This record gives sequence, structure tokens and C-alpha cells, in this order.
Amino acid sequence: MTICAEGRSRARNDQCWQVSVRASACLAIAVSLVCPPAAPARAQGADQPAAAAKPAPAAEVTQVRLVYLREERERLPPLSLLSFPPDDDGIAGAQLGIDDNETTGRFLKQSFSLDVASSPKREDLIKDALAAADSGIGFFIVDASADTLLALSDALKDKNAVLFNAGARDERLREEDCRLNIKHTSASYTMLTDALAQYLAWKRWGKTVLIKGPTPQDEQYAAALRRSMARFGLKILTEKTFEYAPGSRRSDGGFEQVQQQIPSFTQDLPDHDVLLVADEVAQFGDYFPYRTWTPRPVAGTHGLYPTTWHPASELWGATQFQNRFRRKSERTMRPLDYAAWMAVRSIGEAATRTKSGDPKILIDYMLSDKFELAAFKGQKLTYRPWNAQIRQPIFVAAAPLHISVSPQQGFLHQVTPLDTLGVDKPESKCRAFDGK
Amino acid sequence: MPSFRTHLAGAAAFLAAACATAPAFAFKVFISNEKENTISVIDSDKLEVVHTIKTGQRPRGIMLAKNDTWILVCTSDDNRVEVYDAKTFEFIKTLPSGPDPELFDLHPSGNPLYIANEDDNIVTVVDIDAGKILAEVPVGVEPEGMGVSPDGKYVVNTSETTNMAHFIDTATNETVANILVDNRPRVAIFKSDGSELWVSSEIGGTLSIIDPVKKEVTKKLTFEIPGIPPEAIQPVGVRITRDGKKAFVALGPANRIAVIDAVAHTVERYILVGQRVWNLNFTPDEKLLFTTNGASNDVTVIDVAKERAIKSITVGRYPWGVVSANH
Repeated sequence: MTICAEGRSRARNDQCWQVSVRASACLAIAVSLVCPPAAPARAQGADQPAAAAKPAPAAEVTQVRLVYLREERERLPPLSLLSFPPDDDGIAGAQLGIDDNETTGRFLKQSFSLDVASSPKREDLIKDALAAADSGIGFFIVDASADTLLALSDALKDKNAVLFNAGARDERLREEDCRLNIKHTSASYTMLTDALAQYLAWKRWGKTVLIKGPTPQDEQYAAALRRSMARFGLKILTEKTFEYAPGSRRSDGGFEQVQQQIPSFTQDLPDHDVLLVADEVAQFGDYFPYRTWTPRPVAGTHGLYPTTWHPASELWGATQFQNRFRRKSERTMRPLDYAAWMAVRSIGEAATRTKSGDPKILIDYMLSDKFELAAFKGQKLTYRPWNAQIRQPIFVAAAPLHISVSPQQGFLHQVTPLDTLGVDKPESKCRAFDGK
Repeated sequence: MPSFRTHLAGAAAFLAAACATAPAFAFKVFISNEKENTISVIDSDKLEVVHTIKTGQRPRGIMLAKNDTWILVCTSDDNRVEVYDAKTFEFIKTLPSGPDPELFDLHPSGNPLYIANEDDNIVTVVDIDAGKILAEVPVGVEPEGMGVSPDGKYVVNTSETTNMAHFIDTATNETVANILVDNRPRVAIFKSDGSELWVSSEIGGTLSIIDPVKKEVTKKLTFEIPGIPPEAIQPVGVRITRDGKKAFVALGPANRIAVIDAVAHTVERYILVGQRVWNLNFTPDEKLLFTTNGASNDVTVIDVAKERAIKSITVGRYPWGVVSANH
């Protein structure tokens, strides 16, 4: 099977060569290919205005190739029909990043392409990544579990390659399990919960109770909440675990029992300002707003929630960005799309500034203090030098609209207010970047 | 009639004194209010809002045409340019603009108009008399700033996500050079003698000075303000005096205007204004400078000679652009 992936329509079939191919049952575009693109129609060099009128020969175009690696994971369906992730979650964001890079690239004789490999099997993804790296590809955008990401990182550690973690929020990937060849465009759990806690502190909503689910992901979110509440002087008065039998979400008439169940579950809680929920797998959090025993706002994974991207944001010139995405993908942008877009744009920005497509040069540039990314957050974004986590303002949002953006006014930091979000350098357990 | 003579002399002295302290002439200053769909009209003598013009949706870029008798305003969410009479404030007509017009500039001959289409990666060229689109020029992602060279040979467009200043030849409507600048370039403006092109970079926090002949960046200005984090310093609006000696740069959420020696290319001082200042413009005599402070719904009036803010005037919601007429 030889298919030119998205963004490659201009390439002629005879220019495509196959690295490896895997057709996935659930993903039509699950192929991994490398195709040199045709010469851009309007290739022009700022440094060579004399050559501007004629298209550049293909040989002069620098090619930057990227691979998107997706681990297909079993997930329980969310409670709401509105919350189902689209099939191209993340991939659509990466593709928009390619488009944006290409528009710039055509002026600089640079061309960008994206191939997608998707599989439920870790070994398959590792095999794909190795084959691509051996063919000279240095950039991988990864949507996978923490363990799979680490396995990919270890497999590629001697290659000239960098992985962008777009999908895993696990703290340990930025801390004790950090890796020199992984950059994080996804926010960590503590960045998200610090953003929420700062807003609650600004509101003086200092008394909270925490309801968490039974899964390990719920515990990760709850642990981040505990840390954030303590950090910003808020109290968790009590904690309860919400046990549930997953599935059968569509049972006819399910609301009658939930309407009884949630008030009685929250009846004994001490007097509080906010009820926090930690439901990373989206199995009960949506049951809480408007059903609690006392009329209190719900915040955390549901209700008022922290997020790196909101589909309604028109702040900082985001209108055109949202429009571009919707025109291309016929849906709104999600946090995973945004993280993948940031990864692709980071590579594009490095290629633009260094005028190079060499993975080593681009990786060095992204780690240097010269690197900065404009990403519709009202300020330049940079990677933390001690663990390669991208710094970014975080929305505190409700379903239809953002409510605020953290860091909140008044939370100061000696380096940048953005470092008030998440584990900071003096506390970090990451040692992989020491002396780099 | 000695007494009459004395009176006459006294009156002349009084008139001279009055003229020396007050502006020689009252100008109309027009402010586009992005979130209110209005233009506030300020009298530069009274320094107060004397009229409000209702416009289409999301008015942003604003300029004058036809010897300052037409106001042109980009109504971005209505995808057009609206034309108002600058004296009677009556609506005249609309011009096609392409989608999401944001900023524009006129050819020195008075026609055509070059418009940045922020949502469509093109610059649209429009004949303002015929109301017709003459050409569309593909540029980078999110076109924003537009500046025509004083000799009319080039129009420069900035693209916010591509981070370039694109030189478009006005004779052929083709891009002839693309100059990389820092992140999120906003305004492009030439010195009146055409010797330099200045481009502000909002996210990069810098101002690039470009040699229009060599088509390369010759100098990059940075800004440092004690107590203001570097990421809050976001240069957007730029104005340079006609003699090319002084420049003023609006620094966005730093809430300040930088005063620049435009010959030595050094920052001299900062003037505190309202919140999130995006754009600014002189009165025609260059005695006053008005800044649009988006987040505080006001404009700050700066005495150009003294380099001091002298008044804040409340206008509509989210003031964006500003231009002053010669009447």
C-alpha cells in the first residue's frame, strides 16, 4: 500500500518511497511514508531577490520531514455524546502546523511534510520510528501513553531525533523520567491544576472538597490538585472516592438515579466554596454540576476546568487560527490538536530561523535561549531549559467560553510568571538536562 | 487716535499670546472602537469626543483619503471597507476588501488601496473610485501591517505567523523580497524620505529597521522597562515624525510609548499611557500624538514637544486605530 499522506498531494507517485506501511482498522490514513515534495510554486528567497521570479529547482528546496506516532488506546466512551474525541484528534492540528510551515517555507525554499503511523502496539510504533529515523527523519510528534513514549525515547536515543510529547500529561515525564530527546508541548498535570488554583485563590474560594475517581489517572490528577491547593494556600477539607461501574452510559432513564445519587453522595461534605472533581477518564465528573447537595460550583476535570486550548478563544489574534483549523478539519480545535500544532510550528520556527532542515541544528536551536514560539497566547513561548516543557498561559474555562487565563495577576516569579504554573526548577527532579 | 492704536496693539498682542499657547488649529481625530462598532470623533482643541459614528462590525484599521475628506475603516467582521464623509460623518459607500480586512495603506497617488486580509493569506488591491478589486497578492500566514513606500514603488506587508515583511512591487503586484523579522510582525512604516522601513514585532518584542534598497534588516531595537516583564513588552504601532528625527512606538500591555531617536536608533524614554496600547497617530501639525489604549477604553494625548502625556479621553470599547484629519 503506497499512499501519499496529507500535505503530499503535490508529490508525484514516482517520488514516493515506502519506509513502512501499516493499515490500521480504525484509521484510514495510518501509513508511514516518506515522499520528497514537488517544488513549491512560489519558492522565493529573501536573500536572493534576483531569483524570485522563477520557481526554484527541486534540488534547492530543503525538506523537513515529520512523523506523527499515535498509540491507539482502549478508552471507555465519555458520558456525553458531545465529548467523543474525533478520529483525527491531534493529527488535524499537526496538519495545520504543516500548512502554516509550508506557507513560510515557500518563501525560504523549505518544504515540510507529515506522515502518520498509528497502531495499538508499542513494538510497531518503535519499528516505524526506527525505520523513519534511519531514513533521516529527525522529528516525531507523539500521542501515546507515558510508558510507550519512554520506550520510543529509549529506542531513538542514539539517533539524531527528537520526540514531541503532545498527549501525555504525566508529571513523571517531566520529572524523574525526563529524557533529553523528549520535548513536551502538552501541559503537565501540575501546570493545569496550578492554573485552576491561582484562579480559585484570586476568587478567594479557599475551602474545597475533592471527589476523585478510582483509576490511576484520576489519582494523578488528584495528586496534582493536592499539591496546587497547598501551593496557593487553599484547603482541601475532605476527600472522597467516587466508585462506579463503568459503561452502560446510555441506559434509558439514567438521570433519575443520578439525580438522587449525587446529592446524597455530597450531603455529608463539610461547608466548602468549591467542589473539586478528579475524573480523568470522564466517567462521572459531568454528573456533578447542578446536582450537588449545596449549590456550589464544580471545578477540576469537569465544571470549571483548566485547559491549554479552548475552541472559543479569540484572544491574541486566535480568530484566524481557529478559522483556519475549522476550514481544514471541519471541527473545532482541541488541546491535543493545539499541542501537535505547537510541536510542528516549533520545528518550523527553528527551520526558519536557522535556514536549515538538519535535525541536529534544529534540535540545538530549539534548546537554545534564542528559540521562541508565537502560539496565540499573547506572549512568546519557550521551552524550560531544565526539562524541555513548553511554558504557556493556561485557560480556566467553562464549556462555552473561557472564564480566565492563568497565571493570574499578582502571582510573581523571578524568571517568568509562566513558571508559577507547574513544578519549578528548584523543585525539579529532572537531571537529564544538567550541564546541557 | 492714539487710544485706538493702543487698543489695536493690545488686541494683536492678546491674539498672538492665545495662538502661542493653544493649538494653531483644531483637527478632528478619528478613533475606531473594535468592540463597540463605532468611530469616536475627537476635537484636538477641546480634547473631547464631539461625535460618534456608528459603523459595521469590528472596526480596526482606519485612514483618510481624498485630501482627508473620506474616512476609510476596515470593518473586519463585515469583510469590507466602509467609507464615511470626514466632515459630515455621513456614510458614503462600502468598498470590497476581501475577507477579514485589518490594516491598509493608500498609494501616494491616492489610489489604489492595499488591504491585508488577515484570514486569507492575501493582500487585496482595490480601486477606491470604482470600488473594484484589481488584484490579490498571495503572502504569508495572517497578513497584518501595510506600508507603501513614499515613492509608491513598493507596498510592504507583514505576516504575523510567517514572520516576514513581504515587499510587493506595485507595478506588477508580485512579491519581490521576503524579509524575515522577529515573531508576530505588526506594523510596517517607511520614513517619509523612504530611507528606512520600520517593522514592529509584537511577540518578538523588537523593532526591525530595514534598508529598503538592500532589503535587509540593518538594526534591531529592543526595549527594557524596569519592573515590566519582557514578555509584556509588545511593540505594535509605530509613528515617525516627517523630519525623520523622532519616533514613537506603542508597547501593548507594557502600557507605555517608547520615544526613539530615529536618527541614532536609540530608545530615549518611555511615556506611561493607558492599558494595552496598540496604535497611535499624530495630528497633522505633529504637535499632539493620540494613543489607543484597548483595555482601558481611552486614548492618551501626548504633547510631542514635551514628550509628556497631557490628557486621557474616554472613547468607545476597545479603541484600536487612530487617524487625524487636516481639518
